[in-house]
Amino acid sequence: MAIQDNPDLARRTFLAGTGAAALAAPAVHAQTAPIKIGLVAVLTGAGASLGTHLRDGWMLGMRHLDTKIGGRRVETIVIDDELRPDVAVTKVRAAIERDKVDFVVGVVFSNILGAIIRPVTDSGTFLISTNAGPSTLAGRGCSPYFFTTSYNNDQVHSVMGKVAQDSNYRRVFVLTPNYQAGRDAVAGFKSKFQGTIVDEVYVPLTQLDFSAELARIASLRPDAVFTFMPGGLGVNLVKQYRQAGLANIPFLSTFTVDESTLPAQGEAALGFYSAATWAPNMDNPANQAFVRDFEGVFNYVPASYAAHSYDAARLLDSAVRKVGGNLSDKNALRAAIAAADFQSVRGAFRFGINQYPVQDLWQLQVARRPDGRFQTETVRKVLTADIDPWARECRMPVRI
Amino acid sequence: MRWRDAAVPLAIFALLAIAPFIGFGQGYSLTLLARAMIFGIAAISLSLIVGGAGLVSLGHAAMLGIGAYGVVVLDHARITEAWIVIPAAMAAAGAFAAVTGAVAIRTSGVHFIMITLAFGQMAFFATSSLSVYGGDDGYTLYNRTELFGTRALEGRLFFHFACLGLLILSWALVETLLASRFGRVLRAAHQNETRARAVGFEPYRYRLVAYALAGALGGLAGVLLANGAEFVAPAYLSWQRSGDLLFMVILGGVAGPHGALMGALAFILIEEWLAHLTEHWRLIFGPLLILCVYFMRDGMAGVLRRD
Amino acid sequence: MNTTLLLIQVLNGLQFGILLFLIAAGLTLVFGVMDFINLAHGVQYMVGAYLGATLAAWTGSFWLGLLLALPATLLFGLLLEFLVFRHFYDRDHLSQVLATFGVIVFLNQAMKALFGTAPLQMPLPEALNGGIPVMDGLLYPTYRLAILGAGLAVAGLLWFLVERTRAGMLVRAGASNAPMVSALGIDIRRLFMLVFGFGAMLAGFAGVLAAPILSVEPGMGDAPLILAFVVIVIGGIGSIRGAFVAALLVGLVETLGRGMMPDLMRLFLDPSAARQTGAALASMLVYIVMAAILAFRPAGLFPARR
Repeated sequence: MAIQDNPDLARRTFLAGTGAAALAAPAVHAQTAPIKIGLVAVLTGAGASLGTHLRDGWMLGMRHLDTKIGGRRVETIVIDDELRPDVAVTKVRAAIERDKVDFVVGVVFSNILGAIIRPVTDSGTFLISTNAGPSTLAGRGCSPYFFTTSYNNDQVHSVMGKVAQDSNYRRVFVLTPNYQAGRDAVAGFKSKFQGTIVDEVYVPLTQLDFSAELARIASLRPDAVFTFMPGGLGVNLVKQYRQAGLANIPFLSTFTVDESTLPAQGEAALGFYSAATWAPNMDNPANQAFVRDFEGVFNYVPASYAAHSYDAARLLDSAVRKVGGNLSDKNALRAAIAAADFQSVRGAFRFGINQYPVQDLWQLQVARRPDGRFQTETVRKVLTADIDPWARECRMPVRI
Repeated sequence: MRWRDAAVPLAIFALLAIAPFIGFGQGYSLTLLARAMIFGIAAISLSLIVGGAGLVSLGHAAMLGIGAYGVVVLDHARITEAWIVIPAAMAAAGAFAAVTGAVAIRTSGVHFIMITLAFGQMAFFATSSLSVYGGDDGYTLYNRTELFGTRALEGRLFFHFACLGLLILSWALVETLLASRFGRVLRAAHQNETRARAVGFEPYRYRLVAYALAGALGGLAGVLLANGAEFVAPAYLSWQRSGDLLFMVILGGVAGPHGALMGALAFILIEEWLAHLTEHWRLIFGPLLILCVYFMRDGMAGVLRRD
Repeated sequence: MNTTLLLIQVLNGLQFGILLFLIAAGLTLVFGVMDFINLAHGVQYMVGAYLGATLAAWTGSFWLGLLLALPATLLFGLLLEFLVFRHFYDRDHLSQVLATFGVIVFLNQAMKALFGTAPLQMPLPEALNGGIPVMDGLLYPTYRLAILGAGLAVAGLLWFLVERTRAGMLVRAGASNAPMVSALGIDIRRLFMLVFGFGAMLAGFAGVLAAPILSVEPGMGDAPLILAFVVIVIGGIGSIRGAFVAALLVGLVETLGRGMMPDLMRLFLDPSAARQTGAALASMLVYIVMAAILAFRPAGLFPARR
């Protein structure tokens, strides 16, 4: 590591690694050139606030690791996917072929992941998703090059189904946007809920005003409402739900009230329920350090997007350390990532056969902290060491 | 004048043809160039109706999207032969254009802009609700379209030249159309509708044919876009994408397809370059757009002609 | 669906329509008087919401926030007019569409750079924080009634200004024959500037009103902009009366369509397919209505007299 402590030498080796690669012996190159990470996050358009959480979580991980993983210097290339699939493909191909990134990390939305999965895995690059966890890649489409540090979407929705079931709610009203993730949410919820769905309502993704749906909820008087309304949709719904005086009907949600939307929802969301793999108040040293330093550096409360990215940084650090900084043996590297030998901010964490996490899932509730900020806090553990329902369809090759 | 109009595109085609051999041969550069050429085809098709017929459409992304979804629908049915996929997708986009155009062309000016936007939005919502094809999440194509049963289009270099070939064909087609009697009627009706009617032409039919043709060509671009990205999503049909296409045409100049060609290439390359500079590249892109519109009344083609 | 619910949905539709009218009124004025397409009208609405939320947080009062945001949006509109729009008055619609599209791109990004990507909050004023019980278990928020009232007041004020004042007479005259007004010794440029500033302020006003019930974030103006365009095209470009009728129509179609489409589809399809197709159709419904109206009346319901 002495070389890297001398900035002049490090710079020269860096140049050798990029410009005149042919002159440097490959072995030397592999050990001294920085590890390049392509961090895919949406930073423009509707999902930008989620992408910002995701990026900042990774950046805090880098800060804690002194910008090194497994002892090797890291260069992070931030890629804004703009929530446009064809743009994402072009930029990710550029990262792989021009910048020669060693890992692709991040991705907020499933449709972007669906667009970039082939170019990344076809090139033999590992892709660590830190948010999107679609069923297609958990089941038949599973790939040895694909890991996720977040969850399979169905798991999170099924937590709320279980919560509704355990709370003896018999009549539940379901409200989601009319797109694939919305329909998946309903399926996930139903998988663990045996009561009656009094009505399922699908709204367009551009919905502004929920008064029609709120009137319908009031007229049906369900025991609880289950909803999945990400981003601005959730902000609109929560504000209007509270104003319509419906807050006495339990509000069960996924990705609707979290730290990315709470600054705008504020008091309107107090007491509303959510489901997740992680919450800022989780009581373990790794998490306390993460939340404290995240707020110190970025001055806002992190959401799960940030936590999962932070975990990905620690995961890669452990894996690269295990293989001694040598990334060329893909099988060894894959085994090292799969070992998941790091301290997750969630506590227990391991990978299943499909390289999706096997983990506990929690019911959360929105609370106000003593300092006046809002965050989600754990209510109870609903599922323990849960394996997603698609894992059994995955035929994962043993060797790459 | 006509000769100079052709000189620029010919130079561009020549450059694109040798690009892979003068330092743009990596897979990534080829992907970028293919994307630029695909949007070139789309912009050329749009220029037929914007420049030729004076119909400003803010729904042209729907044509691309329908072409791309044509590939998806056939792929789902395990039909991947280019000689079936391309005509079918083009026919679908052309038919959509013909049906919506039949209504839209009855209006003019701002109303036309808005009604095409409305049809574009309808197509957008329709594709979003196709859960068989992944709905909003989109559809990953595991194989590109086949050519005579071969996987030739999988090769980046082959795909590059396929796009280039189709780009040249599209340009030549639109150029020829506009220079023909058909094109002269279109332009005459655009400049003075009353006079065109007085000499016995019914502009409606000419416009409708132009609109349907532009739709079919847009569908072709959609087929290529789907193959280039190996992925199709409703985002291809968003109205912002229609705005981008319109801007490409204006940036290059509405005088003919060569303007649209230049505009599309410049747009994609500028976007790529700016995005590399800073995260807030749109802070530069927005004003740049305004300045372009302000200073280049006739687009890039106009600037070239001035000297 | 019972009668009470239907009545509530109608009220909801009207209230949403009024909000749309506030946005569309400025748009149609600018369009009608100056023959200028301003796609940036949506971002002016966004800027209004941002200014309102920031000023309200700064002063600690919704009312002060609203009061200060109005002149601020007026000034902002005049600034945009001075910097960008006036240079495009004599250009064709296409150039105007693109130049104002550039303004959208810039301002959406600028809001992101200035305020971050997370949505802002604007609390409701104490006095309007309650609700009126309209149905067992459902409150009709007082604030929504206030929006309804404010919208009707603005509509009345606009009618008065346009039909009964000298400035309004000039605006009407300018709309039908600008060169003639100019020849009569009226400074048409100044008139345009005033109309433009007023339109921007209306959009800003709508933004501030919407801030407590909608998410204040970059890009929040895009969806209302499209709907506002639908409104003015259906209503007939340049016609305040048309914008009013069309805004209510669009509000009702949106709201009632979403409420009833799935039920209607259930007559033909099985329940789960009906819900999804119904929802998809409901989101297209406004555009279908617009296409149908334009197919029969290409210039809209109340074409401005020219």
